[in-house]
Amino acid sequence: MRRIAGKRLWWAVLAGAAADLAGLGLIAAAAWLITRAAQQPPLAALSVAIVATRAFATGKGVFRYAERLTGHDVALRAQAGTREELYEALIPPQRPRHGGADLLSRMVDDTEAVQDLLVRCLLPAAAAAVAGLAAVVVGLAVLPVAALVLAAGLALAGLALPAGTAAAARRWSARIAPARAALAGRVADLVHGSADLAAYGADEQALRRAEAADEALAALERRQARVHAAALAGGTLLQGLTVAAVVLLAQGTGVGSVGTAVLALTALVSFEPVLPLAAAGERMAGVMAALRRLREVRSAAPAVAEPAAPAPRPQAPLTVEVEDLVVRHSPAPARPALDGVSLRLTPGRRVAVVGPSGAGKSTLLAALMRLAEPESGHVRVNGVDVRDLAGDDVRALMTGLTQDPYVFRTTLRDNLRLAGPEADDERLRRAVDDARLGDWVARTGWDAELGEDGRTVSGGQLQRLALARALLYDPPVLLLDEPAEALDEETADRLMADLLDVTRHRTTLLVTHRLKGLEGVDEIVVLEEGRVTQRGRHDELVAVPGYYRDLWESEVLTRR
Amino acid sequence: MHKDLLRLMRTERSVRRHLAVTLAAALLAGLLVLVQAELLAGVLSGRFTAAALGALAAVVGVRALLAWTQGVFAGRTATGVKSALRHRLLARLRELGPGRLAAHRSGELVTLAGRGLDGLDAYLTGYLPSIAVAAVVPLAVLVRLFAADLTSAVIVLVTLPLIPIFGALVGMTTKAVTERQYRALARLGGHFLDVVRGLPTLRAFGRARYQAGVIRRVADEHRGATMRTLRVAFLSSLVLELCASLSLALVAVPVGLRLLGGSLDLTTALLVLLLAPEAYLPLRAMGTRFHASMEGVAAADAAFAVLDTAGDPADDPADDPAGDPAGDPAGDPARPSWAGAAAPPAAGAPEIRLEHVTVRYPGRDGAALEDVTLTIRPGERVALVGESGGGKSTLLHLLLGFVRPDEGRVLVDGTDLRELDPAAWRARLAFVAQRPHLFATSVADNIRLGAPAASDDDVRRAAAAAHADFVDALPEGFGTVLGERGANLSAGQRQRVALARAFCRPDASVLLLDEPTARLDGRSEAAVVAATAELARGRTAVVVAHRPAMIGLVDRVIRLHAGRVLSDTSPPPTPTGDEHAAGRAGGDFPAVPSVAALGDGRDGTRGRV
Repeated sequence: MRRIAGKRLWWAVLAGAAADLAGLGLIAAAAWLITRAAQQPPLAALSVAIVATRAFATGKGVFRYAERLTGHDVALRAQAGTREELYEALIPPQRPRHGGADLLSRMVDDTEAVQDLLVRCLLPAAAAAVAGLAAVVVGLAVLPVAALVLAAGLALAGLALPAGTAAAARRWSARIAPARAALAGRVADLVHGSADLAAYGADEQALRRAEAADEALAALERRQARVHAAALAGGTLLQGLTVAAVVLLAQGTGVGSVGTAVLALTALVSFEPVLPLAAAGERMAGVMAALRRLREVRSAAPAVAEPAAPAPRPQAPLTVEVEDLVVRHSPAPARPALDGVSLRLTPGRRVAVVGPSGAGKSTLLAALMRLAEPESGHVRVNGVDVRDLAGDDVRALMTGLTQDPYVFRTTLRDNLRLAGPEADDERLRRAVDDARLGDWVARTGWDAELGEDGRTVSGGQLQRLALARALLYDPPVLLLDEPAEALDEETADRLMADLLDVTRHRTTLLVTHRLKGLEGVDEIVVLEEGRVTQRGRHDELVAVPGYYRDLWESEVLTRR
Repeated sequence: MHKDLLRLMRTERSVRRHLAVTLAAALLAGLLVLVQAELLAGVLSGRFTAAALGALAAVVGVRALLAWTQGVFAGRTATGVKSALRHRLLARLRELGPGRLAAHRSGELVTLAGRGLDGLDAYLTGYLPSIAVAAVVPLAVLVRLFAADLTSAVIVLVTLPLIPIFGALVGMTTKAVTERQYRALARLGGHFLDVVRGLPTLRAFGRARYQAGVIRRVADEHRGATMRTLRVAFLSSLVLELCASLSLALVAVPVGLRLLGGSLDLTTALLVLLLAPEAYLPLRAMGTRFHASMEGVAAADAAFAVLDTAGDPADDPADDPAGDPAGDPAGDPARPSWAGAAAPPAAGAPEIRLEHVTVRYPGRDGAALEDVTLTIRPGERVALVGESGGGKSTLLHLLLGFVRPDEGRVLVDGTDLRELDPAAWRARLAFVAQRPHLFATSVADNIRLGAPAASDDDVRRAAAAAHADFVDALPEGFGTVLGERGANLSAGQRQRVALARAFCRPDASVLLLDEPTARLDGRSEAAVVAATAELARGRTAVVVAHRPAMIGLVDRVIRLHAGRVLSDTSPPPTPTGDEHAAGRAGGDFPAVPSVAALGDGRDGTRGRV
């Protein structure tokens, strides 16, 4: 951030200071002009003050405009820099975090804190410091003891008050955050649990609980408002009393009416840029918390270690061997997500992995794609352990349709081409046709904007789009993670049929919970609780009791 | 000004009072600035003695007190309005009920009723008081100026309107430009979030690094567009700033010249100098506050949009609490339609009859249920099977009273369900949703959801019957507080807590289960099936089922397709299903050693972590 802001930051500070100084100069010159004029000197004695008054008046507006423009420019640059750093930090595979999509949104919001820090906190503080200093210097020239009083008043209003509000805001946000979370939880109960609540006649009670959570939060917020109120009152008091004290001192020492007026009005106006700093202090608590969260993200260790000297990327055709693989998401006493899984994928072979949710199917794919670090065991590609390969190289060899494929807010063409930037229209069309997406593309058009939370893309089209991407990328080993997830039965059946059709003779690892069509794959591996409990071909597995036959029967049953 | 919000504030007495105090404090503090200027001018010109400084200090003290009062009461106003709005929203959510709530985006509702309303703070604590001050203080300053010095007053009077006029002019000429550019901004600003969200996909295709460059380019574009917008948008503030500061110069210079000529006294001149800026300040403050309050206005709009969505009239005739916008919590607006409802038929397993029932959901083609006629005899156990979207869950929701037939009727022992008090009817039901919601309270409280009076022993018995033995292995047993949305239990464990809920209603005579074993692994499934078998004993049971083990429990299988009954077969059609159910429940299945051992086995250890 510092690196990017650089010289522009100084320009912004200068412009801000100049605007505040012009404001100060305007009032000082006007005060001098008026009190001096009352002594009825020759007109020539006033001409400088007249010009100065007009110049300061114009300058104030112009400098303020310049400050706001340069300030926002600096802030935007700083924000862009922060975002870039955040993005760079997120590129290596991440350990799964709690919060998922919400967390990402918050991270992105957090990058805006940098903008707040500059525009609302640092720049005003710097400008206020310069203006305050200038006022004190004016005071020193007129009456040193009054300048001391002014300096004390300004320091209290510009340092002590903001420090106080910042500390209070920190303390209060620590108390309010749990109350807020509790309220959100109770509201979520009402929304997500509405069926359970209504069925068991407990909705009244849940509503009361939500209202109680609201009361608790409101009580805290009411008390928090006192901090803000006290800061406002303190600022008003400091400004008024400082001015009164300065006037008292000036009159007591006989500085004269011109000096007194200049002193008094300068003191009065010098508080104007200083008083808003108390509110900036309140904001600082949030800004610092956001910056701390960003730092934590940046310093988080990636999920997998990259080799210092990566081995050369193996050439297709590829044989993938998984041997005794153990992957753990949470530390030891917990069951590992994968507990000693072995399988072998030779060129042209298709292997399906089935099992209940939470059995470790997606973890297996994550380990293959170098997104999760194994605790023990090996994944070898043509005999080379994937740990010795660069992560990007591994993913160039083994990838495809991953969990939760994403539709970017761009055209259909660009959404596809991210998997094949060099692909010509002919290849794009072929991938789309192979994914049985041709009709839809013909209807929507290649340049249709997709995205906006996938509003324009149905679940089935999304999965097919992801499949088209995978086919366009055409990796030596194609991985497909639950391609029929979240689809209705009919769409799922059609997609699976198409998929099994286009993957014929491709080296493919298919993770699925639908068994229809698996007669065609070379091997089926049943994973339960991280272990392989059954393996074989479809007709072998339906012949023996177990998870596979059970699932098959329920599928048959629901179909009839 | 937000009309709905103002109306809301008027109806809440405490809010009205707090707002009145806030505005009064803001106005008084604004007017006291005039007194302060008067005193200061007098002291500086030598008209008042230094003793007047004491009065000045007193005025400052009172202003500080008023500022404190304003801050405190503005906070109370804000929390009061937010609470009032939130209470209405929550009551509305309950009123919509599970049937119609599904039509809303649930995540957005949760955010709106929670954090979303906080956007109102800036509007209520900043903008509203600033309007009052801007309406009164400049006028008061003008009046005082006219009394003191006509020339200066005229200058201020002429320049003062320039602020709103220039503001409006600049606003109008730049409106189109700024709006277009703000839209571009929103799109570009969204790009970063878009890319970060899609990072796993980019990583899968080796495009993550490439996008770093795109992000930089887009950020540059974003900045360029923003700065173009701001150059114009800040013009209005430049004009305002210039108006105010040049007016001060315009006032000060002639005043100085007239002092020179002796046609004006110093006190008046200083008063004019001190007061002139105070005429402009409130207007500029209001402009700044207005921009900061836009988010709150959007939140209020969203909240009132939810409050104003009229309930489907056919669905719920009593939905419009017309005379009672506050949604009086005691007089539950969803219930009056059943006031004077028929007493629920005698307890004991009832006969349920559907006669030509059709259910349609608004905004959806085709009926969810179409002309369904069937009779479920007392104590009969029925499985509903068929493709998803075939109408199985709708049928359950119909029996629960969450949805009502558009045509036809549902009879319980011959009484139309519409004429039964839904609370009394639901008291006879035990329901396990497909994804039961667990609340962030203790396991015991989750189990006694439908029977708040149940003793600890009742809860334990219910849990044991539901094969939820894993609860004992939790850190604090039945007192263990579950994470948000039951996050620290596995799917199978959650399902068994929900089943225990059903067991904890021993008087329930009708059991409604929505795919209780979906997404469970074999072992959890066996436990749930065994528990369900016990629960169904002696009750009418309607079970949405997919798995053979579950279907093995029933007397009758009804297959639904596209909202119609496709087949209605009495014995379970698959012999393997029977075999399985027996095998699972009996314990001779090799992978499942014994149902009783399951609960405190693997699942128990998993529950601890």
